[in-house]
Amino acid sequence: MFDVNKIRDSFPMIRNNPELIYFDSSATSLKPQCVIDTVVNYYEKETANIHRGDYDISFDVSKAYDNTRKTVAGFIGAQDPNCIVFTSGATASLNTVAINFGKKFLTEGDVILTSELEHASNILPWFKAAEESGAKIEYVPLNVDGSFNLSEYVKCFENKRIKIVALPYVSNVLGYINPVKQICRIAHENHALVCIDGAQSVPHIPTNVKEDDIDFLAFSSHKMLGPSGVGVLYAKFDLLNQMDPIFYGGGSNARFFKNGEIMLKNSPDKFEAGTPCIEGVLGLQSAIEYLETVGMEKISEHCEQLSNYFADKLNDLANVTVYNRGSKAGIVTFNLKQIFAQDAASYFNANHISVRTGNHCAKLLPNIINASETIRASFYLYNTFEEIDRFVELIKDTTIEKCVDSVL
Amino acid sequence: MMDKEIKREIMLDHYNHPNNKMKIEDERYRSIHNASESCIDDITVYMLCEDKMIKDIKFDGIGCTICTASTDIMCDLLIGKSFDEARKILNEYYNMVDEKPFDEECLDEANAFDTLYQQANRIKCGTIGIHAIEDLINEYDRQQ
Repeated sequence: MFDVNKIRDSFPMIRNNPELIYFDSSATSLKPQCVIDTVVNYYEKETANIHRGDYDISFDVSKAYDNTRKTVAGFIGAQDPNCIVFTSGATASLNTVAINFGKKFLTEGDVILTSELEHASNILPWFKAAEESGAKIEYVPLNVDGSFNLSEYVKCFENKRIKIVALPYVSNVLGYINPVKQICRIAHENHALVCIDGAQSVPHIPTNVKEDDIDFLAFSSHKMLGPSGVGVLYAKFDLLNQMDPIFYGGGSNARFFKNGEIMLKNSPDKFEAGTPCIEGVLGLQSAIEYLETVGMEKISEHCEQLSNYFADKLNDLANVTVYNRGSKAGIVTFNLKQIFAQDAASYFNANHISVRTGNHCAKLLPNIINASETIRASFYLYNTFEEIDRFVELIKDTTIEKCVDSVL
Repeated sequence: MMDKEIKREIMLDHYNHPNNKMKIEDERYRSIHNASESCIDDITVYMLCEDKMIKDIKFDGIGCTICTASTDIMCDLLIGKSFDEARKILNEYYNMVDEKPFDEECLDEANAFDTLYQQANRIKCGTIGIHAIEDLINEYDRQQ
């Protein structure tokens, strides 16, 4: 059974800040006690580097670290743990793909297909890849509400040399789930590969890279209850083998010689030069165990219910414009009429409610939703309907005078 | 300390009816596009100077109440001032938002921001346009 009160009890941030209403989980999630304990335990009881020492503690930590690779693989439906590369975050994962792909596979006249929904981290690396290779960036036209248009996507492949499709699984602004399975199938039929930003999807909806046939998937630990400083790059094993690492150093090579020849280890080790964020990887293991105990289906159902409940309540208010509904990722983006987003958020902050304003790192999106700045409330498994009721009551009575008063 | 009601009135008046918000296409003006400090406020400030005197300042763009009102009030305060006088006012303003002792006299309506320091996340809003004005004065000074 999904027991939100029991869940809340396991989050110290909630216990320690009884007044706080945290509606910014799309930026980063809160962490449960078990994740914090794992991180602390590494520092207090089992500090050692991995894959290096000839002593018990190092052996045990190495084993736990490698075991997380298996856990992550299982969590996203990848059969082979060697397809899982630990990085510093989704941004590093996406850069690894874009930089490599640009260098190795893109030539002048090739097309990188993306959308205007993209977060900076899955578009800026591709801008650079395009600049260096002479490839072009093109955008899939979206529906008027900002959702993905599959027939426009199919049309993009006509007479074009599309080599790679870079898209989010879930937009971090509108929260819509893209039809990734079809996106991959159509791309593959046209000999293109697909790089999916899973930063907002993996924490919220069940993921299966095999079933969707995704080529590259990037996500971050800190958005899924885990520690920050850790991310994952999943890639099909033969693609990993064709790629070069961005960083070189200890741990990633098997041998090197005076003449400059380097013999890299096999994937994924060749991508993990230097000491990684060990405690973060171990913490990610605990985070996934926690998510699996609660159940990903139940989490996405809860988030969808919360976001629909909130969007419906907002739609009843005359002073609010809502830009989306029905997000399993728990995202609702809106504005108060006549009040600048940041002024409203400042007032919410004064009332202990944390939301995000701005264009949410998706700077091309204002062309779609016709508002330069928006307020985004994002929910996760620990949020409640009561919290939303309190927020709606506050929004109802929000005036520009009250917003200004929060700085007086 | 200014009365809260008066402060609110000043801020909203300069936000809803700014005196100096307009796009300038006159080539005699120098401009700075100050969008790189934050991903929200996106302001361009235009300034016309002669002999180290500020003849005019205008601004344009997207900003919250704090950003718009503080920039507009600072324009009002600095038009007609020498660079030295302007720098003194800017310094007093920075002192105020840094919670340091400051000279209320010279800040006039900008005193409306005398408690801005209490909201750490809004200090940036209250200084984006001001920094752009300061940068323009410095740019003029360097090139003369």
